[in-house]
Amino acid sequence: MATAFSAAKFSTQPFHLNPTSTTSHDSPLVFANPTSQFLGSTRKLHLTSSSKFNLTRRSGTVVAVSDVVKQKKSKSAPTLLITKEEGLELYEDMILGRAFEDMCAQMYYRGKMFGFVHLYNGQEAVSTGFIKLLKQQDSVVSTYRDHVHALSKGVPARAVMSELFGKTTGCCRGQGGSMHMFSREHNVLGGFAFIGEGIPVATGAAFTSKYKREVLKEADCDHVTLAFFGDGTCNNGQFFECLNMAALWKLPIVFVVENNLWAIGMSHLRATSDPQIYKKGPAFGMPGIHVDGMDVLKVREVAKEAIGRARRGEGPTLVECETYRFRGHSLADPDELRDPAEKAHYAARDPITALKKYLIENSLASEAELKAIDKKIDEVVEDAVEFADESPVPARSQLLENVFADPKGFGIGPDGRYRCEDPKFTEGTAHV
Amino acid sequence: MAAIFQGVGAAAALSSLPSNSFDSNKSVFSPRRSFSVRKGASFAVVRSDGTVNLNPKGRRTQQLIPNAVATKADSAAASSSSKPGHELLLFEALLEGLEEEMERDPRVCVMGEDVGHYGGSYKVTKGLAKKFGDLRVLDTPIAENSFTGMGIGAAMTGLRPVVEGMNMGFLLLAFNQISNNCGMLHYTSGGQFTIPIVIRGPGGVGRQLGAEHSQRLESYFQSIPGIQMVACSTPYNAKGLMKAAIRSENPVILFEHVLLYNLKERIPDEDYICNLEEAEMVRPGEHVTILTYSRMRYHVMQAAKTLVNKGYDPEVIDIRSLKPFDLYTIGNSVKKTHRVLIVEECMRTGGIGASLTAAITENFNDYLDAPIVCLSSQDVPTPYAGTLEEVTVVQPAQIVTAVEQLCQ
Repeated sequence: MATAFSAAKFSTQPFHLNPTSTTSHDSPLVFANPTSQFLGSTRKLHLTSSSKFNLTRRSGTVVAVSDVVKQKKSKSAPTLLITKEEGLELYEDMILGRAFEDMCAQMYYRGKMFGFVHLYNGQEAVSTGFIKLLKQQDSVVSTYRDHVHALSKGVPARAVMSELFGKTTGCCRGQGGSMHMFSREHNVLGGFAFIGEGIPVATGAAFTSKYKREVLKEADCDHVTLAFFGDGTCNNGQFFECLNMAALWKLPIVFVVENNLWAIGMSHLRATSDPQIYKKGPAFGMPGIHVDGMDVLKVREVAKEAIGRARRGEGPTLVECETYRFRGHSLADPDELRDPAEKAHYAARDPITALKKYLIENSLASEAELKAIDKKIDEVVEDAVEFADESPVPARSQLLENVFADPKGFGIGPDGRYRCEDPKFTEGTAHV
Repeated sequence: MAAIFQGVGAAAALSSLPSNSFDSNKSVFSPRRSFSVRKGASFAVVRSDGTVNLNPKGRRTQQLIPNAVATKADSAAASSSSKPGHELLLFEALLEGLEEEMERDPRVCVMGEDVGHYGGSYKVTKGLAKKFGDLRVLDTPIAENSFTGMGIGAAMTGLRPVVEGMNMGFLLLAFNQISNNCGMLHYTSGGQFTIPIVIRGPGGVGRQLGAEHSQRLESYFQSIPGIQMVACSTPYNAKGLMKAAIRSENPVILFEHVLLYNLKERIPDEDYICNLEEAEMVRPGEHVTILTYSRMRYHVMQAAKTLVNKGYDPEVIDIRSLKPFDLYTIGNSVKKTHRVLIVEECMRTGGIGASLTAAITENFNDYLDAPIVCLSSQDVPTPYAGTLEEVTVVQPAQIVTAVEQLCQ
């Protein structure tokens, strides 16, 4: 199968897709006649004899998304993938992600936030495509590029912006920062600075879901966990160890690879012996899917299937979303290594532009409605900045809070009392 | 003048060791020998009162010097209580504690290598998989970093996992998860997620297990913020600490010792826990405070017998809580005796003893009549050869010498 992943193509030329592939990258979303044009990956994937999406425990099948969706499509008549409400929801979420990240960049350069800030511009289709299908009790685990995952999951923009400003009203009281977005209410389990270390945590959350169903007998517990991580992480041991365990115990988890082709300055092809990440799923006994991550509707179709599998107790799925980040790795990255032609190519496939086009061309929404959403989001983001600006910084007394869930963990002082009973403890001046 | 002794001690100390070689086939139970506990064919049962029975088939029984330890036990130590209690070995005490907590709370689960069908490499989880099922007592693949992380994720989402490191040394592979996630997520999430996980396993220098299986990880983990570390040393405190650790909302690392699993003691029948932050008074005394934990407690008690015979009155405290230190119990002792000897199995550099020395100096410097003496293991990888291994760790004779020097 010829793919654009061959090293020769990447290292010497700007990225371009397999010329034999169909239309997806020209018009990112297919809408006219679904049975004749395949939806999903532009890559021709290796098809096994069984083109259905079912698997035995041992072997995983790499399927073409096209087949899955084609089957579904042929059963039902509608030509559209989404309703108007859904379309507007998706649009709004992606606009929120984009506007928020753009504002972060502005605020960073104005000295309102510091440290390492990793922006998600360009990858919105993955977050929106997956997370908008989840329930509140489902969990999301991310990496340091987590602002938009948190927003998609429902964490208010105000809480995220405050966190970035280091204010006490932030979702983590200012203690986490850009790379540690957590929300108990919305089940966002982080936000991790080291790549790969969130994947076992996600596996644990999926384990809890299975445990609740099978040991605690909460029969309706079908919570799913999504683990988001990048191409660089897929060379890390924790990735493989967790693929193994998740498949072994059929945990309700979806491993979502946001393959944006670059790990800071390391091209995926220079780091990976076999760059086709989706192929690694079947090696562990789960399906491996590749999808165009710049196309929110395709991502959503794949996500439905993968999340459905997990909910039904059929086990994990590995989904590789081919996507791209329009900005550098972080705001500190000069982004000099990436070929401008590659960047231009992907900029032309901006997921937001694509969805907008789809909505308008399919009369799901008017320009005016979409502009109204743009405006609304602008206001939300402005409000978030204002709120963050006006919020207080953490007081000294917050320093020692939350180190331990049970502050007796600070131990017994020389006077026989627990240190946390020392009045100076809350002032943050106690010596521990 | 007090000197800080190395693990081997001054030449004088070394030459005072008995010349019988370390040969596990011979009688191991000479008066100065530390308790020798082995698994397998020559199964030895060591009672915590000092008597030793070799091999239940009754090959040899030797009575050690009668226990000169004052029989005052802590208020909670039950052997003299009115209820009959029951006798068991340390690993059984851990098992009992774990089983009771699993019965009490269905969210408590176990994860680790060979904890299920195999019953645990040191039998601490024996029978639990049959009783509670394969999901509650989960046999994991060999992936410490990931299954520890999985335990952390499970803890964040409502379960109370007990993660076993088959040997504490293996947890070096889980350092990423233990340091970054276990210790820190409660804080970085602004208090939203608790991580009530227990990470436990055997460590310490065993019987010629080689360098990598003889590690003392308490010194590596002690700086991690947000965790507690405790070390058990008797069946009584093993069960109590296990239960307390499981019930705690904080992540707790419970250090067991490979050589102590077969200690026998009578423990109470009723439910009890041992406070995670408290130290244990083993033997009250007046002349010198000896702070120790885990296996070294027994070397200290061995030395204590000799010291008592020589007219000294050492106060022995098993610190139990390695992080945080119980500065109240320790402080009261220092204020009474004015002399401190720390006996630990960690390496000289950066060990628990080093931290404890600093903590005591900071808090109780005015009460000290002499510099603190810390006896630690040598800063060497534990050699395989028995003779070398023996001198890597602190031996009772060195403790005796140190006290004599300290009390001059």
